[in-house]
Amino acid sequence: MSEREDIFARIREALSVKAVGHDGGLPSVIEQRSVLPAVGSTEAEQLALFRKNAADLRADFQQFASESDLQSSVRELCQVEGWTKIATHDGQLAHAVAQSLGVPVLNTTGGYEKHELAACDAGITECDALVAQTGSVLVTTLSAGGRALSCLPPHHVVLARKEQLVSDLPAALELLQRKYGRKYPSMISFITGPSRTGDIERILVLGAHGPKKLTILMV
Amino acid sequence: MTAPAAQFTTDARRLSADLRHRGIIQTAMGKYEVVRDQRKAGFQDWQGARELAARTKFQAVNHLGQHLEELAAKLEARGTQVHWAGTGAQAREIILSILREKQARVVVKSKTMTSEEIHLNHAMVEAGYEVVESDLGEFIVQLRGEAPYHLVFPSMHLTRGEIKDLFAEKLHDAPSDNPEDLTMVARRVLRQKYLQADIGITGANFAIAETGMISITENEGNARLTAALPKTMITLVGIEKILPRLADLGLFLPMLAVMGAGQALTGYNTFYGGPRQPGESDGPEEFHVVFLDNQRTALLADAEQRDALGCIRCGACLNVCPIFRNVGGHTYGTTYGGPIGSVITPHLRGLAEWKHLSDASSLCGACTETCPVKIELHHHLLQNRRNGAQANPSRFQKTAFKLFAAMANNARWWSLITQLARVGQVLQKPVKSTALDPASAWTKTRDLPPVAKESFREWWKKRK
Amino acid sequence: MTITLFIPCFIDLMYPEVGISVVRIFEKLGHQVVVPSAPACCGQPAFNSGYWDEARSTAVKVLEQLQSAESVVVPSGSCGAMLKVFYRELFAGTPHAGLAQKLGAKTHEFSSFLVHQLGVTDLGAAFPHKVTFHDGCHGLRELNNKLPPRQLLAKVRGLELVEMSPPETCCGFGGTFSAKFPAIATAMGEGKCASVLDTQADYVVSCDSSCLMQIQGLASRRQMPIKTIHLAQVLASS
Repeated sequence: MSEREDIFARIREALSVKAVGHDGGLPSVIEQRSVLPAVGSTEAEQLALFRKNAADLRADFQQFASESDLQSSVRELCQVEGWTKIATHDGQLAHAVAQSLGVPVLNTTGGYEKHELAACDAGITECDALVAQTGSVLVTTLSAGGRALSCLPPHHVVLARKEQLVSDLPAALELLQRKYGRKYPSMISFITGPSRTGDIERILVLGAHGPKKLTILMV
Repeated sequence: MTAPAAQFTTDARRLSADLRHRGIIQTAMGKYEVVRDQRKAGFQDWQGARELAARTKFQAVNHLGQHLEELAAKLEARGTQVHWAGTGAQAREIILSILREKQARVVVKSKTMTSEEIHLNHAMVEAGYEVVESDLGEFIVQLRGEAPYHLVFPSMHLTRGEIKDLFAEKLHDAPSDNPEDLTMVARRVLRQKYLQADIGITGANFAIAETGMISITENEGNARLTAALPKTMITLVGIEKILPRLADLGLFLPMLAVMGAGQALTGYNTFYGGPRQPGESDGPEEFHVVFLDNQRTALLADAEQRDALGCIRCGACLNVCPIFRNVGGHTYGTTYGGPIGSVITPHLRGLAEWKHLSDASSLCGACTETCPVKIELHHHLLQNRRNGAQANPSRFQKTAFKLFAAMANNARWWSLITQLARVGQVLQKPVKSTALDPASAWTKTRDLPPVAKESFREWWKKRK
Repeated sequence: MTITLFIPCFIDLMYPEVGISVVRIFEKLGHQVVVPSAPACCGQPAFNSGYWDEARSTAVKVLEQLQSAESVVVPSGSCGAMLKVFYRELFAGTPHAGLAQKLGAKTHEFSSFLVHQLGVTDLGAAFPHKVTFHDGCHGLRELNNKLPPRQLLAKVRGLELVEMSPPETCCGFGGTFSAKFPAIATAMGEGKCASVLDTQADYVVSCDSSCLMQIQGLASRRQMPIKTIHLAQVLASS
């Protein structure tokens, strides 16, 4: 018998003895929602919650009335931060913003050289959703130009549309199943704030390995 | 006494008296408690959440075969190479053979206690590979040649000064003892390694059967980079890490974050289902998942203690345990410490050799009270003691308890015991607290109350 | 009503005043108190050490001797939990399972009995001191006994209650644990004594004499200004 068959045989044998326990069955999303932190039912409440969470996480969140306002803001950011090279992907919004900056742009779509990405000062990506309950950004390889773009450059800039704000984690997971259920991207990630660590005396330090700065821009 | 038991007793004695160590741990835990309690209060119904989580893991564990099959099939459907390891040795060999095949030189790892359990790093280093731990805490203890101190916070026991000295000695790069500066040193070093590494090895916090994904929870982004840049990715995961549905993460990710570190959600929660797919810009060409049994099926077979397989490795039980806080993580002498470690280690590594961890508990129950998935931790410690006494009874204890049983609930014998206690007290006086004192285990550090001149029963009898 | 008292071995031998206080309190309330001649040990040491056969031999006598009792009251959270909670596990699958179940249902820890069964919180007691309360772990976590002691102390004239911080930490007794792992037990006791000292209370009160033995034992050896007293003794004071 193969090792796989051995393991499954042992599992079957083990489970032939019934256990007593919490046998109420798998909880529904309604049950989950009744215990998790409350989110607020209106868009305004959820936006306010997202804003508060982002601030607590030391992520920079701003909302814009128009795409051109958003683009100006990123241009300003580029100047203030002194970016000399940035990276992005083929998302319509991301691409447009990146091109307007006047610095060399690496496009990760279709493949790229990793040392080139490592040399970029910022990575501009789109996303699948913003999650009000936790202040998170949901990205996948398809919405954010691969695995490393949103993680290797020291500054991650996320461009989101207003309609992408969802209430909570269960809603975001449902979105994933609706959007990708046939064929999931090989990586899906909930990003909640800039990279951080507390490993030294439980003192919070940002930018341990992932981006030190996370900027979330919504239009 | 077995060797592990002797090691535990010696180290426990030393650490219990180490006030410096006690102070460091108390400070760290104090910070954790404040944020943990804030986050728990943010839930609409924390106790309700625990019940939902317990129900989920009960279903997951009690349908383990079915879920594992679905998980493996879905992973394979997307080009993942799935391996099955019955033992730690088999898992090591599977991973080493991948390294050999890929002619690897540099291996970067994200945090995985399962790899500690099977002593993977040692095997890889012996085989000549350069192995770099990327999680800051793991990176630090790797430099010190130490095991991780705690499930979630590997370097909790170290001060910034000690870490500065460590970096100065091993890396020749320690600008100050400021945590930010020290973290940036590690960031610089690791950044090169992510780019150099041929192989990225990760663990997994959860494995989702419904969608065929493994889920990794972290704050630093090191696992994200470990899974993004090297050409080959290997994930080592215990078979018990199953969650049945993607939706279950909606409950478990927040609960793990709250109990693990007092956060609403950990920095990065990432799900991986396959290697780089057509149409994706990057990602490993090969993705291997190694499923590990290593006596988990033995624990599964113990219907009484099966719920211990529902552990999400949050570390909350360690944090509340007064024994852990006083003796520290290294004293346990095995990968998993604290209450959960004391429960499962006899199953993973043998009852006779590891039962002492179940003895070293006052059974206060704080662990059971705090466990987000409602594992009956302190009751399992009692059961381990029972199983241990059945398998390897101590002649002395068995006889003593038998004798006591015969006398304790008999009025005449009890009256005799009362007299003997008074006599014994008189005799004990001259040798009190010395090596000759039969009660020295107590009297070495504490006073004993006197036996009453008139016992309650004597008073009651007189009354009549 | 007729109240049957189960007086644990260590109270009988070392803290008889606790049992005496309990008797006086119940008699003052107009109840008849019965103390069976025989039972003295619930079997917890053997049970905790894993010698369940021997624990059963001890405990089965308790089951039999308390069989006809109407209500059983135990002035100890630890022994109370043994009778009320752990006997079920100890006797599961044995011919005594039913008896154990019945005993569990009619057994109560002292403070919980006063508040929940008799509906009494004011015993006319006076104890003009600043006190802190130590929750014994079994009483707290197996019997959910957080509130009754505090409800009773609230009615004691002149008494000021200050809670410890951290509030629910084990004192380090743990029965056989304190003898098998004395170094750890001592360290835990040190933590508890430090919390007590921080409250600047005159007395530590508890429903568990075993815990008080641990706390007092360490405090006396280290000459700390800590006095310990059982809840029953406070409630019997006037």
